Amino acid sequence: MRIAPDKVMGLEEAVSRFVPDGAHLALGGFTCNRNPMAAVYEIIRRRRKNLHIYAHSNGQGVDELVGAGCVARIEIAYAGTGRFAPTCIRFRKAIEEGRIAFEDYSNYQMTLRFLAGAMGVPFLPTRSGLGTDILARWGFSEEVRAADPRLPKKKLVVCENPFGDWAETDRVVLVPAIRPDVTLLHVQKAAPDGTCRIAGLAFADMEQARAAHHVVVTCEELVGPEALRDEPERNQIPGVVVDAVVPVPYGAYPTACYRYYDYDPVFLNDYRTAATDERRWAEYLERWVYAMPDHAARIAAVKERLSAIQADPRTGYATGLKR
Amino acid sequence: MEYTRRELMTLAAARKIRDGEIVFCGTGISMLAAMAAKHIYAPNSVIIFETGAVDSRLEEIPLAVGDPRVMYGASSCTGLADAFALMQNPTTGCHVVGILGAAQIDRYGNLNSTAIGEYLRPKVRFSGSGGACDVASFVDRTILFMQHERRKFVNRVDYLTSPGWLDGKDGRRRAGLPGVGPEAVITDLAVMAFDPESREMFLEAWYPGGSPQEVLAHMEFAVDVSRARELEPPSARELKILREVVDPQRLILG
Repeated sequence: MRIAPDKVMGLEEAVSRFVPDGAHLALGGFTCNRNPMAAVYEIIRRRRKNLHIYAHSNGQGVDELVGAGCVARIEIAYAGTGRFAPTCIRFRKAIEEGRIAFEDYSNYQMTLRFLAGAMGVPFLPTRSGLGTDILARWGFSEEVRAADPRLPKKKLVVCENPFGDWAETDRVVLVPAIRPDVTLLHVQKAAPDGTCRIAGLAFADMEQARAAHHVVVTCEELVGPEALRDEPERNQIPGVVVDAVVPVPYGAYPTACYRYYDYDPVFLNDYRTAATDERRWAEYLERWVYAMPDHAARIAAVKERLSAIQADPRTGYATGLKR
Repeated sequence: MEYTRRELMTLAAARKIRDGEIVFCGTGISMLAAMAAKHIYAPNSVIIFETGAVDSRLEEIPLAVGDPRVMYGASSCTGLADAFALMQNPTTGCHVVGILGAAQIDRYGNLNSTAIGEYLRPKVRFSGSGGACDVASFVDRTILFMQHERRKFVNRVDYLTSPGWLDGKDGRRRAGLPGVGPEAVITDLAVMAFDPESREMFLEAWYPGGSPQEVLAHMEFAVDVSRARELEPPSARELKILREVVDPQRLILG
């Protein structure tokens, strides 16, 4: 949250100010769509450590942060990028090798947890997950929770319906609020004061933005201060909740950005190959992240692929793309 | 007419979708089944995605529920909070059929899509619930997709991600779950259903060329086969629409 007419800054400055080591970080987008990839790569380049990640369904962003060793703990519902990696490969390895702590939720539970954070209430109720191991099995011990004031003391709590049998409900699951230190989002259009216009599905970006102490927005297009004020009903995030606005064309690449470009199947398939093997993975990080001065350089290195993934104005994606 | 097991699986699930239903689909073969149903048997069915796309027209097959292709021609595109509200409120929720898949299943249709082995240090880690636990909790009818393998049809799932009939009989009601529960399991060998009393899985139909014995040999637990029959093979019309309209690039049909 910051009130200022001009929050435009470079990605280096935004990450150095709002994503310190140990930050509790929420990632916007969904699996292979509108992940805040430029911000993710900047975090990896700055070799951030001990991040605590919150996500509902995230794919590429989570996998690269985990694979680069930036993540200590993760609360998540789903880690995958559809057919390209039904389970995120570096995420899977990190868990199987015991290198990160993790806790599982469902997508709706995570959405409600962000919403509770945004509303300023300690929890919200749902009927999802009754009878499952999502309720029964904790990923973080009571000691871990007690040691970090940013974590609730319990995972999920089942509660009798305090309104009797109202709404034909015996009991509900209470999901605790999340208050991330910072939420990273990539949007299609933003104004200098942080006003955002998302095209297409917003996923849980609105709840994730409002739940966080700080919000860093990268955008395909930085528009003039008045440009989004003519049709405010098309804007999803008001400027007041945003701290930093960073124009980054192709900022979601290699994931999709509706009405701008599709996901890049060639890159995502190559990524899968790289992520599967330790030596290739180290080479991938060196070549595609550490050696790149910024996201523009990374995009320049794949410029021959960009024409294939341009969005068709009729559909919003690359119609007929070879996948 | 020649056909693949995957084609028959898709059609076996699609045949279960009724016209006018709201079909929740996940990634992969469940999308194929929803599209096949809409094009073949249930033209007035409505396809929805947890990402917030409602009544998608799906000109091209999405490779994930977050794929921008789920937005094409949709009636509305919002977000997760809205999509899950639609499938759990009693007015719209009771018209939703959910199609889900998993890594393990037990005799009551409880699903594991989280981990094999010990949860905190698993032998194999999977993607996690995503919206599957939510759908399995909320909606009145679910159809499950599984590969028919002994290590997948197990006495006890290593992690219960999405609720089926829990411990059978009225287990769901006792746990406080709102939705009704799983109706069928579609595999690469058979169609399984659940007994209306005990809620235990039984064999409904085996695929042409197979047998009940073959099905049983691919499961850790035994099921009743006395009610089983051989499934009708796909018709020429079903196959034509599946191949020419639903997945002409064979992105998911393979």
